[in-house]
Amino acid sequence: MIVCFILLFWYSIKEFDTYQIPIASEHGVITDRLFWITMAITGIVFIITQILLFYFSYKYQHSPRRSALYFPDNYKLEFIWTIVPAVVLTILVVYGLTVWNKVMAPAPEDAEVVEILGYQFAWKVRYPGKDETLGAYDFRKIDAVNDFGLDFTDKATFDDFSPRELHLPKGQPVEFRIRARDVLHSVFAPHFRLKMDAVPGMPTRFWFVPTKTTAEMREETGNPEFNYEIACTEVCGRGHFSMRLLVIVEEPEAYEQWKAEQEPWLSKNPEYLSSVPENLKELAMIKSQIEHTAIN
Amino acid sequence: MASTVVDEHVDHTLDDHTHDHHEHHENFITKYIFSTDHKTIAKQYLITGIFWALIGGFLSLIFRLQLGFPETQLEWLRPLLGKWITTAGKLDPEFYLALVTMHGTIMVFFVLTAGLSGTFSNFLIPLQIGARDMASGFMNMLSYWFFFASSVIMFFSLFIETGPASGGWVIYPPLSALPQAMSGSGLGMTLWLIAMALFIVSTLLGGINYITTIINLRTLGMSFLKLPLTIWSFFFTAIIGLLSFPVLLGAALLLIFDRSFGTSFYLSDIYIAGEALPHMGGSPILFQHLFWFLGHPEVYIVIMPAFGITSEIISTNSRKPIFGYKAMIISLLGITVLSFVVWAHHMFVSGMNPFLGSIFMLLTLIIAIPSAVKVFNYLTTLWKGNIIFTPAMLFSIGLVSFFISGG
Repeated sequence: MIVCFILLFWYSIKEFDTYQIPIASEHGVITDRLFWITMAITGIVFIITQILLFYFSYKYQHSPRRSALYFPDNYKLEFIWTIVPAVVLTILVVYGLTVWNKVMAPAPEDAEVVEILGYQFAWKVRYPGKDETLGAYDFRKIDAVNDFGLDFTDKATFDDFSPRELHLPKGQPVEFRIRARDVLHSVFAPHFRLKMDAVPGMPTRFWFVPTKTTAEMREETGNPEFNYEIACTEVCGRGHFSMRLLVIVEEPEAYEQWKAEQEPWLSKNPEYLSSVPENLKELAMIKSQIEHTAIN
Repeated sequence: MASTVVDEHVDHTLDDHTHDHHEHHENFITKYIFSTDHKTIAKQYLITGIFWALIGGFLSLIFRLQLGFPETQLEWLRPLLGKWITTAGKLDPEFYLALVTMHGTIMVFFVLTAGLSGTFSNFLIPLQIGARDMASGFMNMLSYWFFFASSVIMFFSLFIETGPASGGWVIYPPLSALPQAMSGSGLGMTLWLIAMALFIVSTLLGGINYITTIINLRTLGMSFLKLPLTIWSFFFTAIIGLLSFPVLLGAALLLIFDRSFGTSFYLSDIYIAGEALPHMGGSPILFQHLFWFLGHPEVYIVIMPAFGITSEIISTNSRKPIFGYKAMIISLLGITVLSFVVWAHHMFVSGMNPFLGSIFMLLTLIIAIPSAVKVFNYLTTLWKGNIIFTPAMLFSIGLVSFFISGG
């Protein structure tokens, strides 16, 4: 058994870096600090109580020459070990609350907004385009092509674009608007210390600041293949394991350039112009950069 | 009155034993099958619980084969699992989820709730408080047979064509509500819900019995503050079960309505399998709240009987009275009360209001205090004891160590 324990500890220490993945977001630093402080406090109590448990068991083994001490109560002692954990926990609670409130606070107004839509079994992302407003949607408008259920009576949809990969700017606040189309999914991006469920009928959100570009992370991990990714952490059916979305964090300039190159969803699917009300058609064609020739 | 009963009993024992048998008009069926005797019912629970532990353990072996050795060929399991082995020789992904789901359900409810409380509460409560039997032997019998019926249905669901329930043991809708979402959400889920409804009836019948017996049938001089801690823990466990299981029953009923009668308690804005569903206005989060209102107290339903038993074993084998008997009762009471107000710590990132998150974080950390007090009291009971290491004692010390690590 002792050999087993030694092997276990050796393995844990050797593999420690694989448990402890590098942080790539601003709030990740404070949540990790909370985690390690809690770990240290409970770790100390853990070690002391385990040692006492096995030491007492060893030391007070049965002996016919000795009789057990009659010691049924000691209010002072009991009072102390009720109050001490209470005080320590109060500190942890207050600390935890400040961290929680910081992480869960509303996003700053200048945050880049990205919509993430979970469905069986993949993620789709949508950017608001040049007008910086995500267009309206309605789940009854979803069809085989219109994954988001974009509602083209809203002019904010005309320049929305939906790339294959999620691009984020380094050092700027980003807000994920998260929704699901069929069953529960959960957006999990471990490097950003980010997790939030995607709930059908109830959009959720989570904001954070990415702090390392993909290139910097490749250098830090020494892995030229490294990519940030989002996985699903709510059992959602047969293909649950395969819900993966690549995330690319880049310098703000590169990000802006990438954004400028993206084609609006509507210009990739010009047949949906027929869903646009007559009086908005002209505007739709301008915003989505569709040329007249394309529809004629 | 009591003295005549005792006298009769003495007479019987003096008589030939076969006589005794005749006078109670017991035959094989009333004695061993539809028995109202608490000891027999306890053994029935024990045997059924062991059966389920074997099944649950076996399911976990299969999915851990896949988890631990993802590249391994599992073709050799085909005679047993048939179409659930894919052509590539791996476990079918939906079957994998079904295994995890059924393993969780079986272990949490059928083994650790029915198997543990059913066995030990039934066996020990009358013996340790000096009662002749449970308050209602008939209800006690019904409790076991509802559990048995539930077991039959749950076991049967393992073998149906579309597979058993596969949405995780928490069966979150919409996944569990929509047969289009996965094949296990069809008949398998229906059977799961029926089995769990019967299971809850069984738990309630048992719980009412345990509580009534402990309050009313204590023998002369057995005041509440003389009750063994084992009985205190069974008492609180039964109270938790009685107050929280009906909420799960409510949640399950609403889910049945959503699945079969077109209501929208948990469903809204859903587009699946090429069509937009008519359900509007429901909330999947509602189900999560209802589920965890049982789901969290459930972990205390599972651990508290073990706490109680451990208290007695450590005390006996250290040759000392348990340290801080009253503090132990207050801790159990504290855990019982707090167990009802911490449920949403399972839902921090479910999308619920972050303000709720802060309240539940506070309450969750408070529940660590009674747990800490219990551990310190166990340690002090060992201190300067005269410890005899029976197997029961070794297990109990193991439990304390385990509880410090994982509790």
